[in-house]
Amino acid sequence: MATASDTHHTHDHHDHTPGFVARWFFSTNHKDIGILYLIFAVAAALVGVGLSLLMRLELASPGLQYFADGQAWNVAVTAHGVVMVFFVIMPALIGGFGNYFVPIMIGAPDMAFPRLNNISFWLLVPALILAVGSLFVGGAGTGWTLYPPLSNSTYQSGMGVDMALFALHLAGASSILGAANFITTIFNMRAPGMTLHKMPLFVWGMLVTAFLLLLSVPVLGGAITMLITDRNFGTAFFDPAGGGDPVLFQHLFWFFGHPEVYIMILPGFGIISHVLSTFSRKPIFGYLGMAYAMVAIGVVGFVVWAHHMFTSGISVDTRAYFMAATMVIAVPTGIKIFSWIATMWGGSIRFTTPMLFAIGFVFLFTVGGVSGVKLANASVDVILHNTYYVVAHFHYVLSLGAVFSIYAGFYYWIGKMSGKQYPEFWGQIHFWMTFIGVNLTFFPMHFLGAQGMPRRYPDYPDAFSGWNMVASVGAYISVASFVVFLYVCWRTFTSKEVAAANPWGEGATTLEWQVSSPPPFHTFDELPRIR
Amino acid sequence: MPGLNPDLARRNRKVATGALLIGGGMLALSFASVPLYTLFCSVTGYGGTPQIGGAAAPGIAGKSVTVRFNANTHPGLPWSFQPGQNSMQVVSGQDAMAFYTAESRAAGPSTGISTYNVTPEVAGPYFHKVHCFCFDEQTLQAGQRVEMPLSFWIDPKIADDPNTRDIRTITLSYTFFRTLADAERAGALAKAGPHVGKQSAVQRP
Repeated sequence: MATASDTHHTHDHHDHTPGFVARWFFSTNHKDIGILYLIFAVAAALVGVGLSLLMRLELASPGLQYFADGQAWNVAVTAHGVVMVFFVIMPALIGGFGNYFVPIMIGAPDMAFPRLNNISFWLLVPALILAVGSLFVGGAGTGWTLYPPLSNSTYQSGMGVDMALFALHLAGASSILGAANFITTIFNMRAPGMTLHKMPLFVWGMLVTAFLLLLSVPVLGGAITMLITDRNFGTAFFDPAGGGDPVLFQHLFWFFGHPEVYIMILPGFGIISHVLSTFSRKPIFGYLGMAYAMVAIGVVGFVVWAHHMFTSGISVDTRAYFMAATMVIAVPTGIKIFSWIATMWGGSIRFTTPMLFAIGFVFLFTVGGVSGVKLANASVDVILHNTYYVVAHFHYVLSLGAVFSIYAGFYYWIGKMSGKQYPEFWGQIHFWMTFIGVNLTFFPMHFLGAQGMPRRYPDYPDAFSGWNMVASVGAYISVASFVVFLYVCWRTFTSKEVAAANPWGEGATTLEWQVSSPPPFHTFDELPRIR
Repeated sequence: MPGLNPDLARRNRKVATGALLIGGGMLALSFASVPLYTLFCSVTGYGGTPQIGGAAAPGIAGKSVTVRFNANTHPGLPWSFQPGQNSMQVVSGQDAMAFYTAESRAAGPSTGISTYNVTPEVAGPYFHKVHCFCFDEQTLQAGQRVEMPLSFWIDPKIADDPNTRDIRTITLSYTFFRTLADAERAGALAKAGPHVGKQSAVQRP
């Protein structure tokens, strides 16, 4: 460390950054890896958004316009889902904002295992290449749920499914290593005085998320390993002809899949709490309730998985249990929603771009939550299962919930991360275009679903054409808003305006606002002491 | 991070090892779920799984239940598989016997195995199978026709359980599949036909 050149200016040797290749390819710095994750997420989002544009073009009017057949359609649906879940939302929220801000917020010099952090990121790159590459070798027309028998070699004989499964393996390994790293960092590396009950809510969200990843992703790994051996090596885990059971796969998948939806939203919950508190200039309402609501959501999230399988032939008593357990989750979620509203209540609110996205999140996530309670009813779900009502529901909580929280975090923190402030005007244009676009896209899907339009078909009866056209127009606006977002990025990075250490004023109380923008390469020379 | 003190590094390794062990445990659990899933169903009768290898019929006469018979055949198995009777009256607590017939339409020998359950599913714990063709693989020669017996009894306690006491009819169902080994031998391991997959995209006019 103490080389000859370093000793010449010891006063600033902590801020010497390595050369380009060493900094960005062999990086062990949590901030640089966080930025890599965010760039990765934006790159993957280009693919995911492109696929959704293709799908809405196809659905704009009845008949087959752009897709050759149902299989081609299913391939696009699957790739859109897998890319968005594993390569956009998770990298952005967990790898990106998590890596960048968890160590700073708890006053740690870096993550506990910086090299592990590096491999977590670089495992994702081949995973994305495999997932996107599968599109060019026939693709995986299975849906992101990968249910056999559709995903068996009988019905998907190409290697596209195998490539997608290996992509999930790599992404899963990356998530598990990242989760172990976060848990260790949060438990062991907190600055003196930073007790668990003083931790910022974003860190709480990340801690719960890390545990969910650790407990659920290995189950997906096991299930898809069995699927791979079923497909390629003659085993029969999910094939009744060999004594297996396809419903077992559904249990395993949703034991992973349901916690996965909380994995995608809990870090977002944390971000929204910070943004609402900052721009209301009030501390968050009911801090402990907020933290333990996330823990409760995480715990209960593990015992509700079969509400995805109400039509898979499970007994009425089992359905009653899973229905009740699912509705219980509305309680901690309600605590969070009402605490956010109480945080804003009587606050000195500033409607900056991150605040707009945060308020949009609260509103839209509530819409998605309410349709979720409706879908939780086993009897109603028998009718709505696999209709566009479900598509509307999960896009309201993910495409409008998780993505709004990513945008809120982006606008809240981009000044901190880049040292340059975003253009407020274009940020607000971006918000309003996104808000109008996604609502126009997904709200009509409630009507389509309630009228019985099934998911996963490229075509539909003429009766559904009106709302489908509206949804497609909404999608075009959403895609245009994504272009505006890229323009905002470009304007930000070429901006001459230097961001202050704390551009948001007294409402921003967490540790990242006490360091410069951008933070020095090594954030804390001396561990901060938390009062 | 050069400044990390050895004590913290040791504690970090401890926590991370624990975390990865939890992950490994969940992976092991996902594979353990394969036998556990079967075990759970056979012990609890969940999903209408009949009881196998239990006690013999007590011989006392309980209430009478209509048993209906259902047969399905996977298209991969070239058999005609039918119940010998549509339904029969069974006195609970006493042994009963029924037959299915299977006729092979294959050119050579073919082997099948069947899955089975009873409906309503809550009747599973009270439906005992003593002997059944479904316990083993069945092999038929080309054109061979066989009668396949099964013997079973219904536990009279079905009348005591509030969940099952109003059940008057139980449907016994079988689905025959070609065994994987036989399908492989016959070169009939199913692959996607032209109706799915990329091929159909190519064949479109």
